[in-house]
Amino acid sequence: MIAFGQFLEVFISGLLAGVLYSLVALGFVLIFKASGVFNFAQGSMVLLAGLALVRSLDWLVAKGFPMWAAIVAGLMFAAVIMAITAFLVERYVLGPLVNQDGLILFMSTIGVTFMIEGAAQFLFGSDVYPLRLFPTDAWFLFEGSFPGGILVSKIDVWGGVIAAVLVAGLALFFQRTKIGRALRAVADDHAAAQSVGIPLDWIWFVVWLVAGLVALVAATVWGTKLGVQFSITFLALKALPVLIIGGFTSVPGAIVGGLIVGAGEKLAEAYLGPFIGGGIEYWFAYVLALIVLLMRPQGLFGERIIERI
Amino acid sequence: MMKITVALAAAALGVTAVAEPALAQANEQFLPALVYRTGPYAPNGIPFADGVQDYWTLLNERDGGINGVRIASEECETGYATDKGVECYERLKGKGPTGAGYFSPLSTGITFALTEKVPGDKIPLLTMGYGRSESKNGAVFPWNFIAVGSYWTAADVAIQHIAHELGGIANLKGKKISLVYHDSPYGKEPIAALEERAKLNGFTFKAIPVTHPGVEQKSQWLAIRQDRPDYVLLWGWGVMNSTSIKEAAAVGYPRDKMIGVWWSGAEPDVTPAGDQSKGYKALMLQHGAGKFQVHADLDKFVVSKGKSVAKDDYAQVLYNRGVINSMIGTEAIRTAMKKYGNKPLTGEQIRWGFENLNLSEARIKELGFEGMLQPMKFTCQDHQGADVARVQQWDGKEWKTVSGYYKADLSILDPLVKDQSAKYAVEKKITPRDCSKES
Repeated sequence: MIAFGQFLEVFISGLLAGVLYSLVALGFVLIFKASGVFNFAQGSMVLLAGLALVRSLDWLVAKGFPMWAAIVAGLMFAAVIMAITAFLVERYVLGPLVNQDGLILFMSTIGVTFMIEGAAQFLFGSDVYPLRLFPTDAWFLFEGSFPGGILVSKIDVWGGVIAAVLVAGLALFFQRTKIGRALRAVADDHAAAQSVGIPLDWIWFVVWLVAGLVALVAATVWGTKLGVQFSITFLALKALPVLIIGGFTSVPGAIVGGLIVGAGEKLAEAYLGPFIGGGIEYWFAYVLALIVLLMRPQGLFGERIIERI
Repeated sequence: MMKITVALAAAALGVTAVAEPALAQANEQFLPALVYRTGPYAPNGIPFADGVQDYWTLLNERDGGINGVRIASEECETGYATDKGVECYERLKGKGPTGAGYFSPLSTGITFALTEKVPGDKIPLLTMGYGRSESKNGAVFPWNFIAVGSYWTAADVAIQHIAHELGGIANLKGKKISLVYHDSPYGKEPIAALEERAKLNGFTFKAIPVTHPGVEQKSQWLAIRQDRPDYVLLWGWGVMNSTSIKEAAAVGYPRDKMIGVWWSGAEPDVTPAGDQSKGYKALMLQHGAGKFQVHADLDKFVVSKGKSVAKDDYAQVLYNRGVINSMIGTEAIRTAMKKYGNKPLTGEQIRWGFENLNLSEARIKELGFEGMLQPMKFTCQDHQGADVARVQQWDGKEWKTVSGYYKADLSILDPLVKDQSAKYAVEKKITPRDCSKES
């Protein structure tokens, strides 16, 4: 019974951790869906959004603002910072690269990553800044059935709820709005979209802004969990296997991919780790991704691309 | 605007931050500083770098340098990455009229890499409280100075403190002690000493690795929740430490049964976890936080003149460690000057200074470090100088010292040093020096 309880505990915590990875992966999916660009800078955008939020929040609280007002103002300030970032990226990085090869656009986002990481730390500091927006204690479920119960972290559950709301909102945005449809058109072909009058610069600004806002949401959860700090940028590396598994173009795929990676790596660490030295969860996620790549290169939910030769 | 643009570009690229430009003048001693002010380990790297820099500034401002020889320094950003650390070393080793005086990389990974390079360049490596534990043996590691304590010292003292809490060394028998460690050369260092202790004292030892940078530890702590060890030793760095404390709190593991190494016992390790850190214990590399006599001089000659690089970290644990690091390095130079004269010295001459450095109680008091350090003496054979440590506990607001000094059991550790350094000598084809023939 203890063994099954332990399995359940690891499995549930893995699923919930996976949802948190999905929060970061969603930002990648948005930009890829709308522009065909794999945005390597998404992890650094989470850092920038988190730092802007926590530093403004601390400043406002120190100035005597009530907590609720400080949170609202802090979120607005961070959103403005992400809007400025979106504008700068569109104007000075992507704009001049319209119709360039996907690899060139990808390389440009690597440069954007370094710029954002450096600028964020330069402007807002490199310390660990605690953020306490959600409860961080845990529930202990089924204590009658399993000795000690099944531990479920409240912050992880909050992450799950937020991810669900985000996915629903993004699905509506893409399917039901004019901008959403324009984004999909741009993703298919930059030049064709431009030729039918879709303003590419505006669309790219919107999509980077939305990705920035998703990064801000991810930062509220991850910042509460870890404190806002540079290590948040490493989440981008967690999102990569999630995307490979779920598919680069699917919002639901990012969620399912996150669940598979989260549960898979936690179970592997708990049950395989002791036999092969432990500390395996980082690379195990990539093993899962490799298996999916071999069997279904476009990912479980990705669009199958058929090209005429 | 131009200035801001350049600064932004520099920050973005993570390039060197120059604290005081190396002017390469004839009568300046060049001391490089490998730092990490950006990246995942910056919260811990910054206070140490600030302490290092402020003490050098103090010597320049108060005394006109070391015996009149001013210190010129230059920082190089490593980001705690070994490849960047080696790059910084190569860039700075030849600077100044006599080359770099010594290097302190504040990274076990970089120390491992530079240990291979410094014999060729003849530059001492001061690795205070980190690096290869067997480098205490100066006969095999002539250029490494693992001053004040090694990871094996730390592991041994941690076990002694646990035994003290349990009411005696015999009560360790049958207990379970787990080590949650950063999966890197740094985190793996104490395992040999802890395994030795486990054999000797009859406790069950389990090592649990956490992958860099340590933000994901859920599975490890769920395993600890099931296993319920009597104590957990924490060998983390940077974000890993506060994450461990938070995860321990989440699974209900008592914080007062956790003992961190001295690199897991500073303010950035506990403050992010808030009240969850209350009761958490950590080893002290002898010193703790707070102001001592040397801070009166720092206040007068550095801080009040606006020349300090420190902000909120002034007199915190890692800031003080940086100050001590610079004090030991510059005292080694001062010692060497007695033999070679008051002029900029080469790394080889400074190594002689390290090997003849005797920080007596009187000298420590004179330097303003009374209460921070115990006397220590380095020799050709002993490159560690001291084997003692204390334990501190976080009360939610500050660190409180909760033990006296423990002396590491050298009957256990010295054979390990001898054995491991002999293996290193064979592997690297090093003929150990005969210290009895050196003056």
